[in-house]
Amino acid sequence: MAQPGRPPAASAHSGAGQQRYSNGPVQNSLVHSSQMSDGQGYSSSVPGLYSHQIPTKVPLHPSSGQYNFGGSQNVSPLNNQGSGQILNRPPVGTISMAPLQHTSSVPQILPPSQNSAAIASSSSSFLPGVHSPALSNWQYGQTPVSQPTGSQTNHFDHVAGTASTQPLSSSGSTNPQTNYQYTVSPGGPPLQNSYMKPGSVPPPVNQALASAFLPVRPPLGPPPTGGPTLVRPSATPVEPPNSSVPQPLLNSATNQEAGDAAATASDGSLVQNSYDAIEGGGFMATTYPSPAPQNLKMGRNVGYSYPTLPPGYQNASSPAVPGMQSSPLQYAAGPQPFPQPSLGTNHITASMGGLSLQPEGLRSINLLQERNSLPPTPLQAPVPNLHEEIQKLNCNPELFRSTLTNIPQTQALLNKAKLPLGLLLHPFKDLSHLPVVTSSTIVRCRSCRTYINPFVSFLDQRRWKCNLCYRVNDVPEEFMYNPVTRAYGEPHKRPEVQNATIEFMAPSEYMLRPPQPPVYLFVFDVSHNAIETGYLNTVCKTLLDNLDLLPGNTRTKIGFITFDSTIHFYSLQEGLSQPQMLIVSDIEDVFIPMPENLLVNLNENKELIQDLLRTLPQMFTKSLETQSALGPALQAAFKLMSPTGGRISVFQTQLPSVGVGALKSREEPNQRASAKDIQLTPSTDFYKKLALDCSGQQVAVDLFLLSGQYSDLASLGCISRYSAGSVYYYQSYHHEHNPVQTEKLQKELKRYLTRKIGFEAVMRIRCTKGLSIHTFHGNFFVRSTDLLSLPNVNPDAGYAVQMSVEENLTDTPVVSFQSALLYTSSKGERRIRVHTMCLPVVTTLSDVYLGADVQAITGLLANMAVDRSISASLSDARDALVNAVIDSLSAYRSSVLSIQQPGLMAPYSLRLFPLHVLALLKQKAFQTGTNIRLDERIFNMCQVKNQPLIYLMLMTHPNLYRVDNLTDEGALNINDRTIPQPPILQLSVEKLSRDGTYLMDAGSVMFMWVGKNCRQNFISQVLGVPSYASIPQNMTHLPELETAESTRTIAFISWLREQRPFFPILYIIRDESPLKSNFLQNMIEDRTESALSYYEFLLHIQQQVNK
Amino acid sequence: MESVVFIFSLIDCCALIFLSVYFIITLSDLECDYINARSCCSKLNKWVVPELIGHTIVTVLMLISLHWFIFLLNLPVATWNIYRFIMVPSGNMGVFDPTEIHNRGQLKSHMKEAMIKLGFHLLCFFMYLYSMILALIND
Repeated sequence: MAQPGRPPAASAHSGAGQQRYSNGPVQNSLVHSSQMSDGQGYSSSVPGLYSHQIPTKVPLHPSSGQYNFGGSQNVSPLNNQGSGQILNRPPVGTISMAPLQHTSSVPQILPPSQNSAAIASSSSSFLPGVHSPALSNWQYGQTPVSQPTGSQTNHFDHVAGTASTQPLSSSGSTNPQTNYQYTVSPGGPPLQNSYMKPGSVPPPVNQALASAFLPVRPPLGPPPTGGPTLVRPSATPVEPPNSSVPQPLLNSATNQEAGDAAATASDGSLVQNSYDAIEGGGFMATTYPSPAPQNLKMGRNVGYSYPTLPPGYQNASSPAVPGMQSSPLQYAAGPQPFPQPSLGTNHITASMGGLSLQPEGLRSINLLQERNSLPPTPLQAPVPNLHEEIQKLNCNPELFRSTLTNIPQTQALLNKAKLPLGLLLHPFKDLSHLPVVTSSTIVRCRSCRTYINPFVSFLDQRRWKCNLCYRVNDVPEEFMYNPVTRAYGEPHKRPEVQNATIEFMAPSEYMLRPPQPPVYLFVFDVSHNAIETGYLNTVCKTLLDNLDLLPGNTRTKIGFITFDSTIHFYSLQEGLSQPQMLIVSDIEDVFIPMPENLLVNLNENKELIQDLLRTLPQMFTKSLETQSALGPALQAAFKLMSPTGGRISVFQTQLPSVGVGALKSREEPNQRASAKDIQLTPSTDFYKKLALDCSGQQVAVDLFLLSGQYSDLASLGCISRYSAGSVYYYQSYHHEHNPVQTEKLQKELKRYLTRKIGFEAVMRIRCTKGLSIHTFHGNFFVRSTDLLSLPNVNPDAGYAVQMSVEENLTDTPVVSFQSALLYTSSKGERRIRVHTMCLPVVTTLSDVYLGADVQAITGLLANMAVDRSISASLSDARDALVNAVIDSLSAYRSSVLSIQQPGLMAPYSLRLFPLHVLALLKQKAFQTGTNIRLDERIFNMCQVKNQPLIYLMLMTHPNLYRVDNLTDEGALNINDRTIPQPPILQLSVEKLSRDGTYLMDAGSVMFMWVGKNCRQNFISQVLGVPSYASIPQNMTHLPELETAESTRTIAFISWLREQRPFFPILYIIRDESPLKSNFLQNMIEDRTESALSYYEFLLHIQQQVNK
Repeated sequence: MESVVFIFSLIDCCALIFLSVYFIITLSDLECDYINARSCCSKLNKWVVPELIGHTIVTVLMLISLHWFIFLLNLPVATWNIYRFIMVPSGNMGVFDPTEIHNRGQLKSHMKEAMIKLGFHLLCFFMYLYSMILALIND
């Protein structure tokens, strides 16, 4: 089987796969949703995009050249390609000229993203900025079109330019292009004057840009702004036709910039030029080297302007008719798009929506003075500083997130920032809208095997340039047809190029063997100890209830094994009146007692299975066997599963004591206190080896540990960790002594059984040349350098990777990351889920800090700290966490702040960094002290590694709400339910009032603390008890009362619960409750017996930073 | 007698050189995805102990035959080999662990280590060769 494992991978990826992959052009039929539940999304999601794109493209295409980084692309949309995008850049200066030309020709693009689809075309052009590379390419093809559309004078120039360029392009040299551009630019300039000129001269370019930017703004822009507005009106009328023409998606995107109008294009070109000159032609040009300060300002201005501009754009594009006027306008518009990119570095966010953010983002904060920095609403991921249109296509941050949304250009810069660079992924998250594409040809880069994505550049209609390795690839014939619009020749509008998250139906080249059926094997511990806890009842009942909901099809297979000191198999042969138990007592050399009927078809043998599940809990009630032979049972399960692969769910309640894999207790209660000498490493490699064997046979093992005593989760957990399973831990589970755990198990088991599942999966994460991934975090086995082997993949698992900058990213304004997950669905289809994210590259330290994502950084640091705890020691890991804060803030202080101020200064983006790190230090995984058991600590470490970021953050830094005065103000409305949205409070006792009731949501557990003087009203109407004193000590449910307060509170709590895959128990506590200490433990900002308060922690940091 | 010591050392050193080359080839195969982590590590782990023994024998031999300089030269490498072998965590499958070899640049550091050892053994090879010839002439 080992082979199989590999092959799949290969197929999935480039490696061997290439041949198979060959994108054979076949018909491409996109399949919408039909296949998937998710599927439909595609069509739906797409539409919006399309519309945008379409408009833009039409007008734009012609010039198109624009963005791309390189002038090369722009210039030669056609030609350039040949020349090699990168190459062109050097010539940048020349290039810049070219851009101008293009722009002029293409004007349409200019309109920023804003343009609605209708006006669209122009507006769409914005996207170009984002796409820029791709767009530019497209433009080639489009150019012809655009010219026609581009009525304006500029266009003429453009046209000429384009025509000339094409010839040149054929020649392929950049220079020619540049020349053209030059010529063109002159033409263009007349109209736009200022713009054009700058464009023509490379160095000037920047200035030009600046000027362009200014134009946007009223003051600066006088020329531009005025122009644009005028033009727009005229344009609009004209454009409609164009827009109607919806050009290909790609164009639209790229075009945006180039797009709108040729004029815009010219602008764009200018900008580009400048960029190119500076950066090397990234149209993304996040880094705007030259005039940093100015740029910033510019950027801001631009950002502001954006909102207004978009409309202008639209108009502009349409204006074609107006002719001259229009052209000026367009120019103005054009500049804007470019500016955006440049701005982007500073603050795309501004354009994105929070205008006020810009200043905010650059601000540094004295943490000692501004301690109330916790926002009252959940913290949002920072928005990468990209062109609005590009950003619109970018991957959802819940799926794909980077610790630094501005990627430093060099490793030296990254080292200087002292922040970790990495990605956090949640690739298999349940999505409500997921475009699904069925096509016999999956278009991928021929050299790096990257899937085509919204951030590639189309050099012309027949070629696209990979955004990861920059190879120029052919567009297969099949890809020319767009199934969504049913149009031909619009490869840039295909859903693959319009969605950063997409799913492909994989053809047979992606299979090493026929897709496996869903196979589920349950392994139950039935020793005396296990029966005592009563878990078997709960599990069998839940399983019985959800038997029909198991994901699968007619091929689904299921089987059961139980074990104590022997192993019991159950034959479910058809025709038997009841299940037949087979006992294997030779645990030294485990064998499978019969080859068939141990794993049986679920649908054909349902009655027998139900019968077994009903009788199982009673079968062992009199068992006195206390030994547990987990190791041999797992070996047996592995042997049973290895021909097919699938999922093993193991329920274990104690330390395995006999057979291979037996463990000894290592916990010494007296040692819990010290951070050293904690047994975090596995004591045997048996479970790891078995997990790797499982992984090779596409078997995943999920471990449910329900144990009162120490069970050495550090060793047992390996079985799940390396086979891509998950670990569930129910401490001291007992159906009578601990009834709330029963409900938790029930709910979580239901989710576990019914959630989506992918089999025999592999995942590969690719990133732009120059970046390299060096460390992976999560549950999987890294089979080869960047190939993660995931025998099962579930929607509740998160992954993280660390990256370094291996080669300087000087040639690219943006970098992209792509994760591709190849899996077999429970319906037996082979599918590939692809996520692509695009981020800007920056050259200055302040920009790096500006784009820091504090939650992602915290999440990645937590993962690194777990590794450090295991490889070194817990105290090392804690020191490393504290040092991470100290180092980054010292670096900020010494390298970014020009004026040394007293206090502890932090960039706005990192204002919560010390708080989150303090929360990590107090998290169960990393805290010191005697009140945490070893297994619980290790379980928390497993959670850190395997939970998606949002849940990890909640477990680290709980949310505190005041719930006794919930109102409908600002409430959400979901399915006719009103969900109040109370503000999030700081985690400090000083925020608590005795008059109130507070809800603390710590992810896997919730506490409702009722203040002593809480309103009688609340106590009787929500808690349903007459007085404070009569609140029961162990209350865990809110009664459903028919009062508005009760409805609101319950709606809020159930809304919080619904959002996560696990079931948090709600403890209602008052002052005398034994659980009060747990509640107070989560008050991160307060002092505890062994940990500093937030203020003390800040003082400590300040002391270190100011050394 | 001395010549016998050096002839043996020379042979042993040749074996170590081949082993280093084998390590380098296997690791670079892994780097290029020609083999997977699991088979690479099981291949390499098999040879960790022979390498350790082979090198320790030479070191001890030099001590016994009172070649202080060569002994001191070999000592750090021998110590490193033993240290590395002893410090493998109980949950790992050997010095080379397939689950960790792709993490935190381990592959690169293993590669570097193998390269350094190769250089070291080549140096030793010529020293032994020279000493052997000298010993043979003196006899």
